[in-house]
Amino acid sequence: MSRFLKVAALSVGAALALSQPLQAGSFGLGTPASPEEIAGWDIDVRPDGAGLPEGRGTVAEGEAIFTEQCAVCHGDFGEGAGRWPVLAGGQDTLTSEAPVKTIGSYWPYLSTVYDYIHRAMPYGNAQSLSADETYAVVAYLLYLNDIVDDEEFELSKENFSSVRLPNEGGFIDDGRPDTPLASEEPPCMSECKAEVKITKRARIIDVTPEEDGEVSGMAVD
Amino acid sequence: MSRSSKSHDGPANPSRRGLLKAGIAGAGLVAGAGLARAAGGDPANLPPNVADWSRYLGPGVDAAPYGMPSEHEAQVVRRSVEWLTASRESSINFTPLHELDGIITPNGLCFERHHGGVAEMNPTDYRLMINGLVDKPLIFTLDDLKRFPRVNRLYFLECAANSGMEWRGAQLNGCQFTHGMVHCVMYTGVPLKYLLEEAGLKTNAKWIMPEGGDAAGMNRSVPIEKALDDCLVAFKMNGEALRPEQGYPARLVVPGWEGNMWVKWLRRIEVGDMPWHAREETSKYTDLLEGGKARRFTWVMDAKSVITSPSPQAPILHAKGATVLTGLAWSGNGRITRVDVTLDGGENWHEARIDGPSLPKALHRFYFEFDWDGSELLLQSRAHDETGYVQPTKDALRAVRGTNSIYHNNGIQTWYVKADGGVENVEIS
Ligand code: HEC
Repeated sequence: MSRFLKVAALSVGAALALSQPLQAGSFGLGTPASPEEIAGWDIDVRPDGAGLPEGRGTVAEGEAIFTEQCAVCHGDFGEGAGRWPVLAGGQDTLTSEAPVKTIGSYWPYLSTVYDYIHRAMPYGNAQSLSADETYAVVAYLLYLNDIVDDEEFELSKENFSSVRLPNEGGFIDDGRPDTPLASEEPPCMSECKAEVKITKRARIIDVTPEEDGEVSGMAVD
Repeated sequence: MSRSSKSHDGPANPSRRGLLKAGIAGAGLVAGAGLARAAGGDPANLPPNVADWSRYLGPGVDAAPYGMPSEHEAQVVRRSVEWLTASRESSINFTPLHELDGIITPNGLCFERHHGGVAEMNPTDYRLMINGLVDKPLIFTLDDLKRFPRVNRLYFLECAANSGMEWRGAQLNGCQFTHGMVHCVMYTGVPLKYLLEEAGLKTNAKWIMPEGGDAAGMNRSVPIEKALDDCLVAFKMNGEALRPEQGYPARLVVPGWEGNMWVKWLRRIEVGDMPWHAREETSKYTDLLEGGKARRFTWVMDAKSVITSPSPQAPILHAKGATVLTGLAWSGNGRITRVDVTLDGGENWHEARIDGPSLPKALHRFYFEFDWDGSELLLQSRAHDETGYVQPTKDALRAVRGTNSIYHNNGIQTWYVKADGGVENVEIS
């Protein structure tokens, strides 16, 4: 065996002796996240107000920002331009054939409005609004949804949690399974019905995309 | 016409080229009075003749360093429904389920759903931060992630809004559009548990909030039990790097739960003691019931199935006789134990044959071979899972939930097969 090989064999032996199977929590991987690094990315806001930054803004200030940066898609009054999302109105529509789900009619918590607008809007320029601008736009959306009626109303970190949205109580837990299990209602295998009739046909609505056909139908998100 | 036949099909052989063209045009006529057609083809390629591909050399290796499907499969693509959304960057397209078989979805055919377009991340600048209720907040690079023990798991991913357009009645003609917001691939990744334990969970850690690095900053609340149970941070799908549109370089895998929670381009996980009530779990992905109340945190995708062939985009093109019916079944609660199919709109049911691996929270492939007598059929499939859950009818779902809930429509699908083999999306009594 050459000297080189002997050395190699020795060092492999040493490495083997040192190698241990790793345990969870002990991999020694990753680097500590500094407070500055966390501050730059930790943008979420919770219903209890956790995560809200210092800042304030009024309905009137929010109107100016909204007109400039949001209205092109969402309409001057949050009514939605074309097919862009509607942000205001829709009260008392949740039981109708065509519910309009907005901040005023559906959203349970104001913190979601702050969190979402700051993280994702304006569409195509996310995370560009300052804290003051975000408070102002949120205040304006409260105004558009008739939750505040004073243009001088100022929303801030301090009074944020005192504002409640109308549909906060509108949510319940997942109720599934909500159809019978096999043990409750064994599925029928033969002679299950006397006659079968077609009750609905996709052809009648005919909104399936063909080549470039322009069609319209019920939208979904 | 393949590239090799083009290059060898010179002026010396004009008649053959003419024949080939005629053959291609003929194949386009299938939607005529009757869909049944003869085997067709170009006689020059059929016995006793010897085709060009049997005589001349074809393209060599490296003609396509990253291989692509045959040019004859060009119709097998994701498709979108233009009118569904206002912007392409927040939109959906659909997996062509009717063209696929087995249980694995090819990477390039997995449906897309983005809320702020595809984040164009580079792997060098990829970082995953874990902060909140942990002993030491950490930042991982992609290389760090690849130094944790990794696992390989096959899971389906279904958008909660899959079949959402069908609540009020049959609307779209094609299982690609009615059921195509589902795919199933093999993920390679690190159990999320390892990453959370590396940061050290505080005793009051009850929820995590995964967040995407895309322009939507996608964020959801996931209970800690699920996070520590079977969630993964995946960086490979079907053996290769995640596709950009599926979250390259790393995404969250939340087995059996709605696709929106499988945050793509995962950049941060915050640990907390209560849920965040993010926009995607309040304004969206809540299920509005008839009385005006809405269910929230409806995470699990219940057992569901669909016949992928015959289906409106995959009509019966042959004469009566031996016919293969096939489809997919899946359950967010575990394995599929049985799939029943009916040919007569539910008067009589038959147990289908499940073929291929039967894995929890993965697609299952089923078949039912039958002798078609050429008459009209009303096809349905009904999935059972290992919890004793039975896929309900759409009427049963509407009876408990109404028609406004958009999400979680796992009702039984009906296809109406006509005597000419054409298929339509219908509902029946
Ligand atoms: C270029 C068009 C555009 C502009 C400009 C825009 N938005 Fe949006 N907005 C959208 C789209 C698209 C969505 C839905 C995104 C998705 O599907 O996830 C949306 C969603 C929202 C929602 C959530 C709606 C719901 O019901 O869930 C709010 C709130 C909102 N925008 C506020 C704003 C505010 C405030 C501004 C201005 C600072 C703004 N938007 C600017 C296009 C726009």
